[in-house]
Amino acid sequence: MSLTTAHSVVAPSANSKRIAGAIIIAYALISIVPLLWIFATSFKTPPDSIAYPPKLLFQPSLEGYCNLFTTRTRQTPEYINSLGPATDFCDETTRKRNMVIAGPSNFLPRFVNSLIIAFGSTFCAVFLGTLSAYGFSRFKVPLADDLLFFILSTRMMPPIAVAIPIYLMYRELGLSDTALGMILLYTAVNVSLAVWLLKGFIDEIPREYEEAAMIDGYTRLQAFWRTVLPQATTGIAATAIFCLIFAWNEYAFAALLTSGTAQTAPPFIPTIIGEGGQDWPAVAAGTTIFLVPILVFTILLRKQLLRGITFGAVRK
Amino acid sequence: MLNRTAENVARATPEPLARKVRGISDKGLAWLFISPTILLLLAINIFPLFWAIYLSFTNYRANRPNEVVKNLGFANYQRILGDKDIWIAMQTTAHFVFWTILLQTLIGFTLAWLIDRKFRGHAFWTTLILVPMMLSPAVVGNFWRFLYEPQIGLFAYAISFVTGIPPTNIQMLSNVSLAPWSIIIVDTWMWTPYVMLICLAGLRSIPEYIYEAAEVDRASNWRQFWSITLPMALPFIMLAVLFRGIENFKMFDMVNLLTGGGPGSTTEVASITLKRQAFESWRTGYSSAFAIILFVAVFGLANIYVKALNKVKQR
Repeated sequence: MSLTTAHSVVAPSANSKRIAGAIIIAYALISIVPLLWIFATSFKTPPDSIAYPPKLLFQPSLEGYCNLFTTRTRQTPEYINSLGPATDFCDETTRKRNMVIAGPSNFLPRFVNSLIIAFGSTFCAVFLGTLSAYGFSRFKVPLADDLLFFILSTRMMPPIAVAIPIYLMYRELGLSDTALGMILLYTAVNVSLAVWLLKGFIDEIPREYEEAAMIDGYTRLQAFWRTVLPQATTGIAATAIFCLIFAWNEYAFAALLTSGTAQTAPPFIPTIIGEGGQDWPAVAAGTTIFLVPILVFTILLRKQLLRGITFGAVRK
Repeated sequence: MLNRTAENVARATPEPLARKVRGISDKGLAWLFISPTILLLLAINIFPLFWAIYLSFTNYRANRPNEVVKNLGFANYQRILGDKDIWIAMQTTAHFVFWTILLQTLIGFTLAWLIDRKFRGHAFWTTLILVPMMLSPAVVGNFWRFLYEPQIGLFAYAISFVTGIPPTNIQMLSNVSLAPWSIIIVDTWMWTPYVMLICLAGLRSIPEYIYEAAEVDRASNWRQFWSITLPMALPFIMLAVLFRGIENFKMFDMVNLLTGGGPGSTTEVASITLKRQAFESWRTGYSSAFAIILFVAVFGLANIYVKALNKVKQR
């Protein structure tokens, strides 16, 4: 598709462009407000975060981030005064609220779990997906359409419906609440996306390259390594990022199948509470840290986004 | 580097084995490449599915694994189809799916139609609009609870600022008639960009010469929109509706975090009912039967819809 789709004869008038631009910019700005609010809240103190009317201007503070990474207990002022001088900023802020830091919170381990599970499952899904996509793209596989549809149909099940038997199966196999179990499950969910996307990318690589390589004496496998893989790197990278985002964002399976050691960040963040309810600055801080990688990836991926979200059905 | 590795491996391999590897037939290679994926899906998707089908005919309860499992035949299915709460949950789901798709399609298409005018800087603003759909519905949905807080929440404050209703009266999550809309609003905020992106691809796929021909025929802008733009973008719009429909039919994370199905059961969509039955009441057999019914419903509806979509495409 060429870039010059503006209709030459019927090019929109300057005025209509201006109006369109104004509406789009207004929509974009309004739709981004909740995200800016998350970011702003993460730098508020707990009293500022629940002030009425909501505070637009405030003294930025790192208290939310302190609270995100620590657990605290309330102490008497006498006890706090009997302690030595505060060692760092978090210590000092906590003491001002008549509390002392009791230890690290679970956020960091949960975040690390998210990383391990997301990267592990992405690697497996892309590895399996690349092989199958090549198989489907280049060979006459009997019942190929049925198999491809079967691969896709596994994504139509409501996650809770899948979770019931998986829960029982993992209990039998000892995979409940383990990173391995979650990696296997996310790989299975992601592999359908990987196969469909990568098949599209590999279909676009001309067969002539491999055929030429094979005439030069390479086997099919070597031709796959030498010609197809290097040309598919963009597609593989885009697919990997989509798989990564899915695994990173996933909540339903994680909430039902993990509870402790293998719990990921999405089910953990909503459980961050302070005294008297949700500690919104800490929640916002966790949410901000959790969302930033995805923001970066979205910008990197913007050209491939359409393909990814439609399983390769729409390619531009 | 990889090439060299492959070569070295080939060279280091003993001759008979090398011949075997080198001589592997295309058919063999195809299966070698495809079977790991199929095996994984059989283990993680199909085997559990059959297990769920088996369980759906029993009275099994996951929290009492040692109890004798009785075969109930179709009793679970009969009970579900006669259960008033299940039908209410299905209605709630249908209400949610209908309104989110309607709003997302209308707003998404309008946005795409405006962006297609290619005003200056459209690429930047388009990317900005796309951001919400990439984020975790659970983590962001959870934060919306804060935005929805009466009084201190930004949403309630903004609404009261515009309408003059006291902000304490805007109880988005705990008011029975507002709670379903609180979910529809977040879902629409999050997924309108998705529909927009697909519609934009549709609009850009319309060849320019059609508009030129229409211009020669002096067709009005209105006429061009209804006779060219809309029909030619329709397959794309329908595709977006299909994807959103399936996703929202399964909707769990956002609803679970925003309202948890409440207040009462006013926002209890099918997935929430399923979770309550399976993981709170531990009626594993019963909930398996419900899961199977849901699966058949999605699958059946999606199939019918894809047939309709193909018909539109052929026109």
